[in-house]
Parts: sequence; C-alpha cells; structure tokens
Amino acid sequence: MNVTINGQPAEFSDGLSLLDVVVQHGAQAPFALAVNGQFIPKSQHAETQIKTQDSIEILSPVQGG
Amino acid sequence: MNNLTDKESLRYSRHLLLEQISESGQLKLKSSHVVIVGAGGLGCPAALYLAAAGVGHLTIIDPDTIELSNLQRQVIYKTNHIGRDKAQLASQQLQALNTEIKIDAQTVKVEESNFKLLIANATAVLDCTDNAASRYFINQACVEQQVPLITAAAIRGEGQLMVFNFKQQKTPCYHCVFPDLAAQDAGLNCSNSGVLGPLLGIMGSMQALECVKLITQPTKVMFNKLLTFDAWEMSFMQFSLTSDEQCSICRG
Ligand SMILES: [Zn+2]
Repeated sequence: MNVTINGQPAEFSDGLSLLDVVVQHGAQAPFALAVNGQFIPKSQHAETQIKTQDSIEILSPVQGG
Repeated sequence: MNNLTDKESLRYSRHLLLEQISESGQLKLKSSHVVIVGAGGLGCPAALYLAAAGVGHLTIIDPDTIELSNLQRQVIYKTNHIGRDKAQLASQQLQALNTEIKIDAQTVKVEESNFKLLIANATAVLDCTDNAASRYFINQACVEQQVPLITAAAIRGEGQLMVFNFKQQKTPCYHCVFPDLAAQDAGLNCSNSGVLGPLLGIMGSMQALECVKLITQPTKVMFNKLLTFDAWEMSFMQFSLTSDEQCSICRG
C-alpha cells in the first residue's frame, strides 16, 4: 500500500498496523501519531489499521520554552 | 460587576471597539486571574500581551535569573537586568506597562510553589516552561483542579500549541498526547538545540491570544487540537486530539 509519512510518499505491505508502519519507517520514541489529521492515542497504535492513501504524521514532542 | 474607569476605557479603547470584546469582555478580563509558569521565551511575550490586555491578576512563576544568552528572545529583559530574578523583574516591567492590574511573582520552581492551591480559582494556566517534568506536573495539577491549560513549546524552528478545558468531560490532556517523555528531560531543549527568537514571540503570543479568547469568546478557542508551526516553511498544521482511555493522568 502507498501512504505518506510526514508528507513524503512511502510504500508498505498491506494489512499493517499504525505501529508496524512507524516502526518499519524507523521512528524513534517519543512521538505522537496522527492519521489523516486525527491524533491516535498511544493505546490504539497497535490496533489501528493503515490502508492505502492514508496520510500519517509522526510528531516529535517539542519541550523548549 | 463594576464598570471601567475613564482611564481604563481609554487604555482599552481598541478592545472596546471590537464587538467580540466590548465593555463586557473587558470586564471579564479585569476579573480574571491567569497563572503563567515560565518567564522565558514564551512567557515574556505571553505576559506582556496579557498585562497589556488588562487581565486583572497575573501570577508569574520562574526560579531562574536573567542571563546574557536569554536576551536573544526573552523580550521583557534588558542588558542591565542580567543576574536578577526573572519573575521579579518581569513583574516590575509588567506593572510599569499596566498600573491597573495586580501582578505577583514567585521565584521558585513550579514544583515547589503551592501550585494546586495557587491555581484553584484561576481562570487559566499558561505552560511556558522548557522541560517535560514541569509540563507533566502542570498538566496533572490543571486536570485535578479543572483549570483550563494553554500549553506551548518551541525548539529550533518548530512550535506546538494545545489548549485544554478541563472543566469539560472527555477532554484529552498533555499526557494523553505525549505519555512517554523522559522524566529528566533527555529531549531537545533550547540550550542544546537552539531556537529562532521570533518563533517564541509567535507561540507565546498565540498563548496570550487563546487566553484572551478563552475569557471573552470561549467558543472560538482552539480546544483539543495540536497546532504545529514550522517557522522556516511558514506553515501550520492542526490535529484533532482525543483522550487516551488508558491515560494515567486524566482517566486515573
Ligand atoms: Zn490524559
């Protein structure tokens, strides 16, 4: 399936969860995740299924002030 | 509620001209108490705008003293202020800006202030701190006391803003969004990564803006969203937040 991650096209095998996709992508914790503009809480990362055309954002926490 | 004095009507005349604020909104600002935690890059612009806007009572909490490297972005302070307490100095400068309001300064870490009591009757809390431990502490206190939280952060060219109204049911919290930040701030901070000065002005001003709206036009506030800002690309993104049913802070 073809998705975008932080605006960049990426390809993964079908049937993967959100957690699988971002781990395969190499994301380093901590991060927040959103799919198609909707934040997905951490407890749902493994059970959220990704489908083709989904737009995934990996959001690194910013702490400075 | 009292009316505005003639002097106040003149001072706030550009607010009074706005139908969204007008005299009734200005009186709401006057009777509000906003607690600003952190008088650094975010807290300086936020506090300047809230003092100028006529928020009747401000509390500024910051344990730090002013350093030369702060002056690139912490716009309240002047070169001859180096070495002085930020909270004290900020409160003096804000009082000079607006003589009609009450300001108190606490020169301690937020964790060592009597924070829960301090915010119990506050209108809103602005999290302008620079580390995860304080952010978690402030979030938990606001959840427990059901006080609205306006939290922002910035590093390099990236900014983030979130507003939570804990008076409402099913409101997500900071911990729902970022549940696994390292306790002792292993993450990026301004001293090891750098930050664009005007970016702090934008993010801190947005905190002040959302706070003014929370007080005067609460239905217009960007509740339960994560707003990200990329300063180099001049682009904003927004993500709708939901609470995590397994969050240890707001579901516990
Ligand atoms: Zn939560």
